[in-house]
Amino acid sequence: MNQQKNRVELLHKNYIHSLKIERWRVRFYQAVIFIVFFSSWELSSQKQWIDPLIFSSPSKIWHLFLNKIQDGSLLTHTGVTMTETIVGFILGTLLGTILAAVLWWSPLLQKILDPYLVILNAMPKVALGPILIVALSPGYPSIIAMGAIISIIITTIVVYTSFKEVDPNYVKVLRTFGASRFQCFKEAILPASFPTIISTLKVNVGLSWVGVIVGEFLVSSRGLGYMIIYGFQVFNFTLVFLSLLVIAVIATIMYQLVELLEKKLIKE
Amino acid sequence: MSFLTVQDIHHTYFTKDTAATALSNISLKVEEGEFVSILGPSGCGKTTLLSIISSLLKPTTGTVLLENKPISTAKNDIGYMLQQDYLFPWKTIEENILLGLKLSKQLNEKTKSAALGLLKQIGLTGVERQLPKQLSGGMRQRVALVRTLATEPKLLMLDEPFSALDYQTKLKLEDLVSNILTEFGKTAILVTHDIGEAIAMSDRVFLLSPSPGRIYKTFTIPEELRKISPFKARNHEAYPSIFQTIWKELESLESAEE
Repeated sequence: MNQQKNRVELLHKNYIHSLKIERWRVRFYQAVIFIVFFSSWELSSQKQWIDPLIFSSPSKIWHLFLNKIQDGSLLTHTGVTMTETIVGFILGTLLGTILAAVLWWSPLLQKILDPYLVILNAMPKVALGPILIVALSPGYPSIIAMGAIISIIITTIVVYTSFKEVDPNYVKVLRTFGASRFQCFKEAILPASFPTIISTLKVNVGLSWVGVIVGEFLVSSRGLGYMIIYGFQVFNFTLVFLSLLVIAVIATIMYQLVELLEKKLIKE
Repeated sequence: MSFLTVQDIHHTYFTKDTAATALSNISLKVEEGEFVSILGPSGCGKTTLLSIISSLLKPTTGTVLLENKPISTAKNDIGYMLQQDYLFPWKTIEENILLGLKLSKQLNEKTKSAALGLLKQIGLTGVERQLPKQLSGGMRQRVALVRTLATEPKLLMLDEPFSALDYQTKLKLEDLVSNILTEFGKTAILVTHDIGEAIAMSDRVFLLSPSPGRIYKTFTIPEELRKISPFKARNHEAYPSIFQTIWKELESLESAEE
């Protein structure tokens, strides 16, 4: 009996050990890819295998990074773009969800608006950029609007579909208690759709970055999008790469934060 | 006058291509404290009838009166139990059982402690803070029963509430539900396709014929079976002969169908 127990414990230990080894192996190869990529970039740039004027090099980017940190300009630009993106994607998700709720509330309105939603969804939203700039004046409002508008319609469609797919028996349970339509929405439809709303939040983080960067290309005098367009105009590609790397890092962090929120909100 | 009167119910479902009559000429009366079953082959409109009686669905023609007044969910006349528990997975057990009280704005210290007491009475202690997924199927269906009874409905609708459970749990729950309903003197209507369950639990059994659903026959269960618990009724000597009678009627319905 005791012997058998020891054996099971041993096997369990081995299993945990094998899991650990696998995790380390994954981490190791991830690091290898990272190091190989940046060192070969650096090397080929220094040996002039690639044009250093166009492709720059990690060391140059790093020096520029330190410079821009010291004079504070990088932080300002990053702060501006981040604010615009966060406001944009929260607005986009919120308005999209509200619109989905309105459509759920009134099936007639849903039928009437259906073709318009399809058209708006098919349309490339960045093409609206110039109109937004003229309508809302160049600056924060039009850039935030770009970040939001790019995700509103797709959020509406996805969230509305999930509202409709909630098991009707949950609503039946509520109706037997004499619940109003609003109570049905609040107690069953909305909470049952939280997982979908969170996953659109994840998609919208990415979409809003597109909207905001394009918006900054068009109008801004600040922000990471502006840094890219400015670097391009003065042929300073080190600046362009720096902005790209900063965007990559921050977009990843924001995505991870949304995932953290997902774990917190969804208990199941 | 009867406790519940269902009068001349007709119901037709309309689609673009068809008008399917689900129920035709249904009239029945149920007395207070009675337990009746509606038995029939699948697709004979059992659930439609239950939805109409509980006023979730408006019949094409006909009326349903509870104590001589039109029935309505708004007044908490009705408790409805479904095939599965349909506990809200994001709410704790306590939030789930208090849901009906909360929606009808009856939630106060007294009703709350009554509902929690009912949970204890039904054999579930220390689960208030747990989520539904932490409980077994039988426990969840018991929680659903507490949720249904918490608003003190006058009439209880049971829409195949045991069909999703394993056989042993089902037998235990039949006894439990039967006990609780007798204790509180509740009137109940059970929809089922299980002949044995209908016999063991009810005072009367309505046999529905399919397409369109109408009451084909009514069976009154003998006194000696009514008095005892469903589990004992299944083993009583009077049980097999009633089972055979109803079985034959169901068979004849099916052969008439073909």
